[in-house]
Amino acid sequence: MNTLNKIKRTGPVLFSEYEKGSAVKKVLEMEREDILFEIKDSGLKGRGGAGFPVSTKWMITAAANADKKFIVCNADEGEPGTFKDRVLLLEYPELVFEGMIIAGYTIGAKEGIVYLRAEYSYMLEFLENFLEEMRKQNLLGKNICGKGFDFDIFIRLGSGAYVCGEETALIESLEGHRGEPRNRPPFPVNTGYLGFPTAVNNVETLASVPNIINKGGEWYHKHGTDKSTGSKLFSVSGDCKYPGVYELPWGTTLNEIINITGAEDTKAIQVGGASGICLPATEFGRKLSYEDISTGGSIMIFNKSRNMLEVLKNFMEFFVEESCGQCTPCRIGNVKLLEGVEMIEKNEYTIEYIEKLKELGRTMQVASKCGLGQSSPNPFISILENFKDEIFNNKPVLN
Amino acid sequence: MEKELRSPVSQRPLIVKDGKSKTGIGATVSIELNGEKMQVQLGKTILEICKENKIHIPTLCYHEDLCIAGNCRMCLVEVEGMRTLQASCAFPVTSPVKIKTFSDKVRKARKHIVDLMLSEHYGECYSCVRNNNCELQTLAKEYGVDSYEFGHICEPRFEIDSSSHAVVRDMDKCILCRRCVRTCIDLQEVGVLEAINRGYDTKISTFMDKPLADVICINCGQCINRCPTGALHANDPSDEIWKAIEDPKKHVVLQTAPSPRAAIGEEFGLPAGISMTGQLNTAIKRMGFDRVFDTNFTADLTIMEEGTELLSRLRKAIVDKDSSVMLPQFTSCSPGWVKFIEHFYPEYLDYLSTAKSPQQMFGSVIKTFYAKEEGIDPKDIVTVALMPCAAKKFECNRPEMDSSGFKDVDYGLTTREMAKMIREAGLRLPELPKTNFDEPFGDASGAGLIFGATGGVMEAALRTVYELVTGRPVPFKNLNIDVCRGMKGIKEASVKLENCKEEFGFLEGVELKFIVAHGTANAKHVMEMLIKGELAGYHFVEIMACPGGCIGGGGQPIPTSELIRKLRVKAIYEEEASMPVRKSHENPRIKYIYEKFLTDGPGGKLSHKLLHTKYLKRGKYIN
Repeated sequence: MNTLNKIKRTGPVLFSEYEKGSAVKKVLEMEREDILFEIKDSGLKGRGGAGFPVSTKWMITAAANADKKFIVCNADEGEPGTFKDRVLLLEYPELVFEGMIIAGYTIGAKEGIVYLRAEYSYMLEFLENFLEEMRKQNLLGKNICGKGFDFDIFIRLGSGAYVCGEETALIESLEGHRGEPRNRPPFPVNTGYLGFPTAVNNVETLASVPNIINKGGEWYHKHGTDKSTGSKLFSVSGDCKYPGVYELPWGTTLNEIINITGAEDTKAIQVGGASGICLPATEFGRKLSYEDISTGGSIMIFNKSRNMLEVLKNFMEFFVEESCGQCTPCRIGNVKLLEGVEMIEKNEYTIEYIEKLKELGRTMQVASKCGLGQSSPNPFISILENFKDEIFNNKPVLN
Repeated sequence: MEKELRSPVSQRPLIVKDGKSKTGIGATVSIELNGEKMQVQLGKTILEICKENKIHIPTLCYHEDLCIAGNCRMCLVEVEGMRTLQASCAFPVTSPVKIKTFSDKVRKARKHIVDLMLSEHYGECYSCVRNNNCELQTLAKEYGVDSYEFGHICEPRFEIDSSSHAVVRDMDKCILCRRCVRTCIDLQEVGVLEAINRGYDTKISTFMDKPLADVICINCGQCINRCPTGALHANDPSDEIWKAIEDPKKHVVLQTAPSPRAAIGEEFGLPAGISMTGQLNTAIKRMGFDRVFDTNFTADLTIMEEGTELLSRLRKAIVDKDSSVMLPQFTSCSPGWVKFIEHFYPEYLDYLSTAKSPQQMFGSVIKTFYAKEEGIDPKDIVTVALMPCAAKKFECNRPEMDSSGFKDVDYGLTTREMAKMIREAGLRLPELPKTNFDEPFGDASGAGLIFGATGGVMEAALRTVYELVTGRPVPFKNLNIDVCRGMKGIKEASVKLENCKEEFGFLEGVELKFIVAHGTANAKHVMEMLIKGELAGYHFVEIMACPGGCIGGGGQPIPTSELIRKLRVKAIYEEEASMPVRKSHENPRIKYIYEKFLTDGPGGKLSHKLLHTKYLKRGKYIN
């Protein structure tokens, strides 16, 4: 539909041939336990970044005793530098929606909700039409494919807060409250949307499911590494010739990324978006995988012309803007870290104070209420440590 | 019927009510707390477990009256095997865990959090109303803060909102624990305060950021009682009161409600539950007030007026079959409740008793009857009401409260503010000798005293109404109507009227049904029952805006908790039990005022002018 989607490399799973409706038809003939085993065999883990095993999440939700259950598709793709969910939703909505139907069938949900980020509202009409078409084909609605399973999908728009990508904040937002993370436990799999057991899965996770069903968990497990199975979509941006979306097996090294994308003079790669970590050239041999550098898929490449302090400032400004303001470490901590960056910029700092801020960052990593505040100090710590020569050299230090 | 404390799903701790009923899970779980092995009840939070084991965990956003928030992050502890520290208030123990409550990582994190809060907390402790009773200050001390590690804000960011007669908001001191938000939305179900904006710009705000006086705040002041810092406090009139005391032309009269005496000792370091009636009288007189009267006197008067009103409503409904008579009759002595119903249920104002609150009755009696008896020009009289209440400040400023021809009550003073004035006067309250209230209102009944506790008005009213109707005392042991007492959110009971006096023959055999509710969340529940028609057949409803009744009022000493409120209530009932007169209608001063002044009796013309009022249909939308 959109030629700007820049799919640069297709792979065996997501950007492969798929017959619409085939996995749903197959799954409705299967026992729920067998589906769970198939997913377990595949080793599929959450693609949002945290990497929680999908089979476990579904198993707990399926086992929960409740009148109602929900499957929520997290399409609040807000991490700076990620755009793969957008591409999936526009190019392969059938994979995402069918993944939701399969999930719903497995856990016993009759309703699926897509939480679509506000910035993607332009695709609402397209997706609604697509769902309507699926209803006509009896892939959604009452008695799907004549197999006695009722399920429908509704799309809800976010309002532009980054934190709503965090699953409990997303649920709060769905319920009409301020988008703020909840205490965990209880986890959404037990107490989620409207208090009912809810499985929240990333777009890409759900989109991986139909092919696993069709081709089998064992087939899926052959791709990637032992602990990071299958393939992954990477959104590559920054200083390279061919930015875009790449489907690559887990275990791909950063050097390989540089080669594939035609990047030159690369100084740093920010893996995992603003909340990820920034790696220097010495680390480019490392592998993208849950066991090495885990990521939701954002790869930002910076070449030698970039000022790393500016890069850092940009990230910290983002977190100051996007902190929900609920917990102390994140609300105030990010401001202090940004102030520290500005001090360095103006050359009005002491090394002691910057070290103190790094300590504060380490506290934020363990003390913040949700993933936002726990990961926002990552760029601060990694950039100041990995690029200390560039940032602190040639500057007289006040003491 | 009990209304449960509403708590959002997100803030509801995981509670396993009966461990044994869960297959495969025992009722207890073995954990290790700071290296010590122990068995604990499944589902208890780490904070609760630590409390039971006398381990102090610092908290800020936690308050035992409120649902869990887990946002200040002060109560973090280390749970082995978890990457991040866990908020102990929000972490229910459901598996065998090893917990460390003061490891290096924990102490460092807590210190960082205190430092961060202080960096944004504008102002200095010595110029703060909460100096020496501030939870942030205490934490700064506990964690050895000796400098501002991450700077300290030097300029105020917000304007102080003192638009409200009751509550002043100084958002520069706010640390965003959101206890006020949870108090307002969840505990009281009023919903005036909520967090707005995001990140560093987050602040507690009213609807459209309007001044507090221009939103549907009921002035209950419960938010003040639960604020850990000085961000919320009452609008303090003590400077003007000192000025009036100093002015030789002014005759300054203080009336004191029953609840301050049961709680003011806490301000002087005494444990909760010690009554200071006599000492307080001495302090008030030594401070230079010309007279000190007991509001219990007008509480008795309220019972006479409200009770008579109830009987007349019953007569109209039963004898005259007048369908315009509204039953059940709701009490009207809690100004927070009155403003609540004016905003939320303006169509139901006719259910309210028209009787003024004891505070306002006293104001008009002082500036009329008392002024005449003593030969003092009422314009020279300044009436001060010592109240456990923030809403009383608003009430005395209601424009219609001028039936004496003057502002009936000039100032509403909270228990906390009185304690401050006593300290300013250099008096050590607990050490003072005891003295009595002044004449001519020296005596009050025990019925007036128990107005301070939830159910007290009902109990007092029943003692009088039952006896007026039947000529016999209420059929309860020692006059104690236990069904009215206790902290249950909504209490209901009935008493049968038998062998009535001739003039009340129409009530023969009637089961007098009544309801007692405290806290506006419970009041809302009762109102919803009324709207659904579930209160048909009920006759009298007592509602107090504050949890626990007046003893838990927004002007009472901080902190508050259910235990503290129970202890204050206990002090009141104990004092009451030993009083010589325990029925409002038997108070000799009440008989005297109806003989000498309000000669056409309760509900008569003069009573209606001075002791009754009308209400305003405020609604929820204010321009």
